[in-house]
Amino acid sequence: MEWLFNFPELFDLDTTAIDNAVRSFAVSAEAVLDMIKGGLNGQVNFVSMFLSYIPWPIFLLLIVFLGWRIRKSLKSGILYGTLVFLVGAVGLWELMRTTLAVVLASVAIALVIGIPIGILISNSETANKIVRPILDTMQTMPVFVYLIPALLLFGTGNASGVIATVIYAVVPVIRLTSLGIRQVDKEVIEAAKSFGSTRWQLLQKVQVPQAMPTIMTGVNQTLMMAMAMVVTTSMIGVRGLGMEVLNAVNRIEIGRGLVAGSAVVILAIVLDRLTQGGVTSDKNKSAEKVENINEGGQGQ
Amino acid sequence: MKKNNFILKMEHVTKLYGPNRAEASKMMTNGSNKDEVNKKTGCTVALWDVNLEIPKEKIFVIIGLSGSGKSTAVRCFNRLTDPTGGKVVYEDRNVHEMSKKELLEYRRNKISMVFQSFGLMSHRDVLGNVSYGLEVKGIEQSKREEIAKRFISMIGLDGWEHQSCGKLSGGMRQRVGIARALVNDPEVLLMDEPFSALDPLVRRDMQFELLQIQRKLKKTIVFITHDIDEAFKMGDTVCIMKDGKVVQTGTPEELSMNPTDDYVRDFLETADKTKVMTVRNIMITPSCIVRLGDNMDRAVHEMRKNNLSSVIVMDDELHPKGMLFIGEALQARKDGKSIAQVLQTGIATISADTLVSDVILIATESAYPIAVTDEDGVMLGIVTKASILSSLN
Repeated sequence: MEWLFNFPELFDLDTTAIDNAVRSFAVSAEAVLDMIKGGLNGQVNFVSMFLSYIPWPIFLLLIVFLGWRIRKSLKSGILYGTLVFLVGAVGLWELMRTTLAVVLASVAIALVIGIPIGILISNSETANKIVRPILDTMQTMPVFVYLIPALLLFGTGNASGVIATVIYAVVPVIRLTSLGIRQVDKEVIEAAKSFGSTRWQLLQKVQVPQAMPTIMTGVNQTLMMAMAMVVTTSMIGVRGLGMEVLNAVNRIEIGRGLVAGSAVVILAIVLDRLTQGGVTSDKNKSAEKVENINEGGQGQ
Repeated sequence: MKKNNFILKMEHVTKLYGPNRAEASKMMTNGSNKDEVNKKTGCTVALWDVNLEIPKEKIFVIIGLSGSGKSTAVRCFNRLTDPTGGKVVYEDRNVHEMSKKELLEYRRNKISMVFQSFGLMSHRDVLGNVSYGLEVKGIEQSKREEIAKRFISMIGLDGWEHQSCGKLSGGMRQRVGIARALVNDPEVLLMDEPFSALDPLVRRDMQFELLQIQRKLKKTIVFITHDIDEAFKMGDTVCIMKDGKVVQTGTPEELSMNPTDDYVRDFLETADKTKVMTVRNIMITPSCIVRLGDNMDRAVHEMRKNNLSSVIVMDDELHPKGMLFIGEALQARKDGKSIAQVLQTGIATISADTLVSDVILIATESAYPIAVTDEDGVMLGIVTKASILSSLN
């Protein structure tokens, strides 16, 4: 009866074969990989350089201004400005800027990839069936698993960090773009078609503008997911606030870890509010509009 | 030449949704009904062997309960829905043999559509919505705005061009929908229950305005409704559909006189029963009031001012006493007689709760307005032959 309690191990799975395959791919595709790596690093450097040209007082004023315009309250603007000022005041300004550069570069790439994929799977049931399990996998796979192949293929540094961040953060913008487009009122689509819109006109003049509030929610979510990867990617050598946290953990310096961790939280909150502010005010307005236009007065 | 009077035709059009279409098709051919087919095969029959001929420059109304296939039918005309079988013909061209490009041209220039819940684009203002059809045709901005403004003005929304559609009332939104559909100068206007989402008063105005627009622009209109009164008011031809099939097509008169079967008869009757109209709904306030005690000068003056040949004279308690005619009034003024002496008494009065159908006879026999009174005999208003006839339409 003992066999009932010993699970039969039928396959002797050699995981080193996978390692070897990845390694040999890294060698054989070195030229291409180097090109991608160069591109990604260039992207991060570009954003980083751009940020470094902004003097810190202008940067803070910009945050106050954006907070004021987007949240429609000067108080919020001043609050965000003060929070970011505190980060700089405890000596983390440079690190914060580095982190921001990596996050923004990653989000930009995630959007460039994610929005078209979202549009594609909203229009094609086949594409949707193929992409959905991949998205589920990307979301549930432990993030550390991405780090290893990224490390093998691109080495340590920003390029690997950006790749891992993009894979992790691209999912919400894909899902919400697709959702937003699928939710556009059926009669509005029919109307656009009945006036002889081509597919491209339908997409660009009707579907995307109508789905914009939902797409913006996706952008916000993607940004938040990218922020969540800050500490994780520091393990593969991405500099910035994440690295500071990691160092503090390694050396068991509680105070230093707490300060750096708080800086990550502040950056995340400010970015969230600045992007979400646009979303909620925009969304409320257009949600109300859609309701008014297309449901108002339907019950006779 | 008779053939050319029909701009759109549907020949044996069938639309099935879901699995086992061949099996469902066979069952339908053998005379099963829609529900049996659905139960057995899981296939929904939206349209079955529909034949329609839409006369040019007329209003063709398709009426049916929900699920009768009327919305599916109208969508076959501009291929928002592709039928499973049969063909749709626009001026001798089979709509389903059109290439992609031809279909775009057809939708851009020949046929347009108005939707039940308006289908307006909330991210565009009124002007942006109305000019959409011109925009996709590639007409330059200044030109298309000029044309769009002309139609916005025609439907009475001057000054609203740059309002967001969310700020408009239901009636105004549907006006935008109609302007948007007319802006391409199409031959055919498809209207899928355009007024069902509007409240009754606004609906009546819109029906009237649509009739005016149709007479002016001479468009062919295919109008979908579930309201028999609306169908009879709007339609030159009315087609009744049931369970995806056409039950009867004809002019409103033909349908009321010779309903083909009990379904049509019931449909007409239930419609009548649900819309019981009493005189109260159609009576109007008299434009001029003459009392028994007034002098003849005033009576003549009132009638002249209001351009009337006769007036109902009341006593001080507002009880109608009789009818005064302009000829007799003028003669009486010369002779110095009072109103009471020349009054034609014994006129018909009716209660405000009388059914309109019951006063048709009285109204057609009487050449003059009929006084409407409450239970105490106090005058509430008048009904004229015209108001009764228009309520019948």
